[in-house]
Order: sequence, then C-alpha cells, then structure tokens
Amino acid sequence: MENRNGPILEMRGVSKAYGSTTAVHDINLQIANGEFLTLLGPSGCGKTTILRLFSGFEAPTKGELLLNGRMINDIVPEKRQLNTVFQNYALFPHMTVRENVAFGLRMQRRPKDEIGQRVHEALRMVHLENFADRRPAQLSGGQQQRVAIARAVVNNPMVLLLDEPFSALDFKLRKQMQFEIKHLQRQLGITFIFVTHDQEEAFAMSDRVVVMNEGYIEQIGTPQEIYEEPESLFVARFVGEINILEGIILEALENNSYLAKVEGVDFILRTRREFYVGDKARVLLRPEDLKVFHIHEEDSSAGPHLNGRINDSVYKGATVDISITLDSGTQILAAEFFNEDDADISYNKGERVTVSWVAGWEVVLDYD
Amino acid sequence: MKKLLYAYMGLVYTFLYAPIMVVIVYSFNDARLSKDWKGFTWKWYESLLTNQPLIDAAINSLILALCVASLATVLGTLAALCLHRYRFPGKTLLLGNIYLLTLSPDIVMGISLLILFVAMHIPLGFCSLLIGHVTMAMPFVTITVLARLSAFDENLLEAARDLGASELKALLHVLLPLTLPGIAAGWLLSFTLSMDDVIISVFLSGPGFDVLPLQMYSLVLRSRPSVNALSAVMFCMTLALIVLSQFFANPRRKTATVQTPDAKS
Repeated sequence: MENRNGPILEMRGVSKAYGSTTAVHDINLQIANGEFLTLLGPSGCGKTTILRLFSGFEAPTKGELLLNGRMINDIVPEKRQLNTVFQNYALFPHMTVRENVAFGLRMQRRPKDEIGQRVHEALRMVHLENFADRRPAQLSGGQQQRVAIARAVVNNPMVLLLDEPFSALDFKLRKQMQFEIKHLQRQLGITFIFVTHDQEEAFAMSDRVVVMNEGYIEQIGTPQEIYEEPESLFVARFVGEINILEGIILEALENNSYLAKVEGVDFILRTRREFYVGDKARVLLRPEDLKVFHIHEEDSSAGPHLNGRINDSVYKGATVDISITLDSGTQILAAEFFNEDDADISYNKGERVTVSWVAGWEVVLDYD
Repeated sequence: MKKLLYAYMGLVYTFLYAPIMVVIVYSFNDARLSKDWKGFTWKWYESLLTNQPLIDAAINSLILALCVASLATVLGTLAALCLHRYRFPGKTLLLGNIYLLTLSPDIVMGISLLILFVAMHIPLGFCSLLIGHVTMAMPFVTITVLARLSAFDENLLEAARDLGASELKALLHVLLPLTLPGIAAGWLLSFTLSMDDVIISVFLSGPGFDVLPLQMYSLVLRSRPSVNALSAVMFCMTLALIVLSQFFANPRRKTATVQTPDAKS
C-alpha cells in the first residue's frame, strides 16, 4: 500500500475506438479510495465502456489505466483486483447460491473452511443466509441482485464495479436496493463505481458524479455541484428540469457581476465566467428557483422581474407545476411548494403573473 | 371436443407405432413364412442367441457406435465452440458445409468415401467404418451443440473471468456444464446414427468386420423371422435408453435457463 493517498483507480488520456467509431475520447479520471463514484449519462454515452475498460473486457486504443498506482493495461480481467455486478446479474444457473458466491474464492484456490466461512459472511451481509442452497431461478429479482453483490464482494476487491444493477427492478425495490448498496459501501469502505442513466439514483448514492455525453466527460462534481452549477447545457438538461432564458451582456460590473438584458428586462447576473459587452448568454434556472406572483401582490413590483401569462398549472402533490409564457414568447416552467403561509398558489389559465428569482441563483453559460 | 382430440391422438399414435407393434407380435409367431398366427413361441429369440455371426456383428456395431459417438461428439463440440465463439474468414462457408453434410444423401457419401479410401490404400474394415461414420455423425453433433450454445448467455463467461477464472476454467466450469444437455443429445444421436446405418456401411465394411444392420439386412433377404425378434430387442433397448436419458435430463432441465420471477418468496 505504497500508494495510500493517490487515486485507487485512474485513467490517463484513455480512448476506445471500435473501427471508425470512438466510444470514449481522451478520458482523464481519478477515483479516490473509498469513494462512491457514479458514471451518469444517456445510453451510448460511453459509461459502460469505461466500466469495461476498468474490468478488462475492453482494451483501450490509447492511454493508460492504473489500479492503485500500477499500470493494468496488459493485465487480463481475471488477474485484476476488481469485481463487477453485471446488469443482468449473470448468475450461474447450474450452481446454487452458495456455489455462485464461492466461485471466485474457489478460483483462487482458497482453503475449504475459509471459503465456507467467507461465503457465509457474505450471504449474511445481504440477508440471504437462508437461501444458500437455492438455485438462482428460484429467487426473486431483488434476491438475485443481492447474490450478484455477495458474489462480487466476497473476493475483497479493491474496487466494485456496478453496471446499471437496478435496471430490472421495480421502483420500490430500486429505492430499497439503493439504500442497501450505499449502506454496504460504507460498511466495506471500498470504492464503488456505479453506472446509471437515472440522475435521481446517481444523486442519491454518490459522493461524486461523472456526467458523460457522446464519449466525453461533460462534468465531474458532487451531486449538488452538478445540479446547481451545471457547466454545460447538456448537464443542465440531463439532470432535471431547467429553464433556459436568453440574455445579452450590457455592462461588466464588479464582483463577477454583469448587467444584462434577459428576455427584454434588465437583470444583474453573477457568474465566474468571463463575458464581454454585447456577448449573448444563456441564463439557466431550475423551476423550483423561480418565484411566481399574482400581478396584484406587493412583492411583484420589488426588483427586476419578468411578466408572463399562465398557460397551465398541474397539481403534483408536494408541488404545483406552473407553465408560463413570458411576454417575450419564451415558455418556462416553475414549481411552487405548498406553504402554510402562502396558500395562494392556485393560478387560473390566462392569468397575468410576474416571475423572478433570488439574485445569484442563476447559472450563466456561453451562448454556444 | 375433448373426446375428438383423444381419438385424433390415438390415431396418430396408431399410425406411428402400429408397424413396430406388428413386428413385436410377429416375433412371437410360431411360423416361418406365414402371415397367419400359428401360436406363441420364444424360438426366434433363442435362435438369436445361437447365431454367432449375428452376435459378433452386434458386438462390432456396439464398439463402433461407441467409438463413433465419442469421437464425433468431441470433434463436433469443438467445431460448434469454434463456430460460436470466434469470427474467422470462411466461417459462413464452413457452417454451410456442415448443414450440407447433414442433407447430402448417404449413398453419395458412401461411394465417395469408398473411392477415397481405395485411392489412399486404407483397408476396408473398422477404420474405414469409423472414419465414415464420424464424417456422417459429426455435423449432427455440431448443429445440436450450436443450438444449445446460441441460448447461452455470454455474460456468464465474463462473470466467471471477472471472478478470477482463466478462459479455460470459465469454459470448463460454466460453458461446459450448461452445454452438456446438447452435447449428450449429440452423443446419443451419433450413437444411433452409427448403430443403424446401412448405406454407408455397405460401401465401407470389409470382409473381416461385419456390422449389425448389414447382418439384419441379409436376414431380411433370407426371410428369417429371427429378424423380427432382433428388431423387437433393439426397439426395447432404444426405449430403455430414452427413458433413462429423460430420467437423468429432467431434474437438470429446470435450472438450465434462469428466469427472473419477481414473485417474492
């Protein structure tokens, strides 16, 4: 363990091409020991390719892979100290649960009593000790999932790779397994790399999220950074609903602020990006960050605001989704939470409203 | 409606099995040539036991069929694995050839093999029969195993390697057990193919090595009723084999495919 503080897993300039199509481009990624990292993106974005490059089932066309500081490009999958939980579980149908879990240890030629004990512990960890003699086909989807996890972690891997492990489970079971996996990761203290296309799942479990698109990394950050400070339009759109307003920079002010005309109204925008006077910009706002007021309410005149007309409002239980057409013609979506102090959040179709937001909550991106 | 269905089923079974039943019944008929029932007898069965050339031929056939089945299964399984797992130039051609061989008339194969063996100075007898029968049976094994392999989940091999198994061990511990029903079926198929082949054997058997189907054929030509008894014996043996194989195959078949039932247990 000479590499205690370095990354447990690293990609340096890794590309993978299949013939003329490139699955991932020049990926640089460092994963810290004990981290729960999620690769998030739409199907075909290259997230599974990255997992398969780590596990060794794909060889990089270019670049270096390092496990615990050691280059593993030329090491065959069976010799890498990584284990995978496969999307369809890939349990061996001709073996019992116990035999499935023992497989890795048997391949390592561990002594019999050690295998028995470790298998028992792994099964107890996933609450399946009473199912050891069943065959995979006799288990429910969630139970098969747990066997797949036990079969992987029993080998004490340095890193556990999980390839969309919940895609075959129903909503409720999914939530439960998310919780269990997160708990397991804390308990084991090893690095988990999780692949999913579900942003909610990614946010619920991860320390850091890597958002991918068309073979490139769009952004790496904590779930909060990804959600609140998306660095690209793709990230903003992929993780939840977003409103995109157009603006033109009128004047550069102090403290990273700019005076800008947004949808025809002057606002002060705050951003760390650099803009010049006359630049076009996009202003991104989450629906829940927007404040909607009836035109007659007192707050409506305070500070800069946009005027618009209600299109529709949809009752969602905890929130009301309000669709508004601004006077500039842009359609936006606002989400209002029920609040005891402000019961008046019912809007009629066609009603005139004002829309504003807390200064500084906006995200400003280049136009292109 | 249900009665009609049962009647239809009875008709189908009669159509399929009546000829065999006739042979079995006549094997107990105490008459040399007559089609009429002349009383019950065991004598045709007794005559089988005293017919030394017939017994020799049966033993020859059994040894030959065992060798053919085993050799064809090994070669055919390897061919199927190769065709399933790898891409190589000429793969489609090879696969097409294998299908062609199963369809090509036995008589063509018999004649061409005979010419080949004569040209190569290979003496006719056990060796020529072995090579001929393996050539005939191997494509059937390949096709049977290939069908089984096409249902195989490739992820299982990756899972095995991920868990530390070398490629060879993954094949041995995962692919082989899951393909075994197909391999066993291929073995049984080649065993039967070799055991009852007449046409190729006619061309390839030599004076020192006679096989059972040819002996039976000559019994028919000489109108010996003992051929009925022999047919009955062979039918019963086949039946026993099938019952046995079903008995062994059944408990395994349930686990051959993994379903993902969402029912909680």
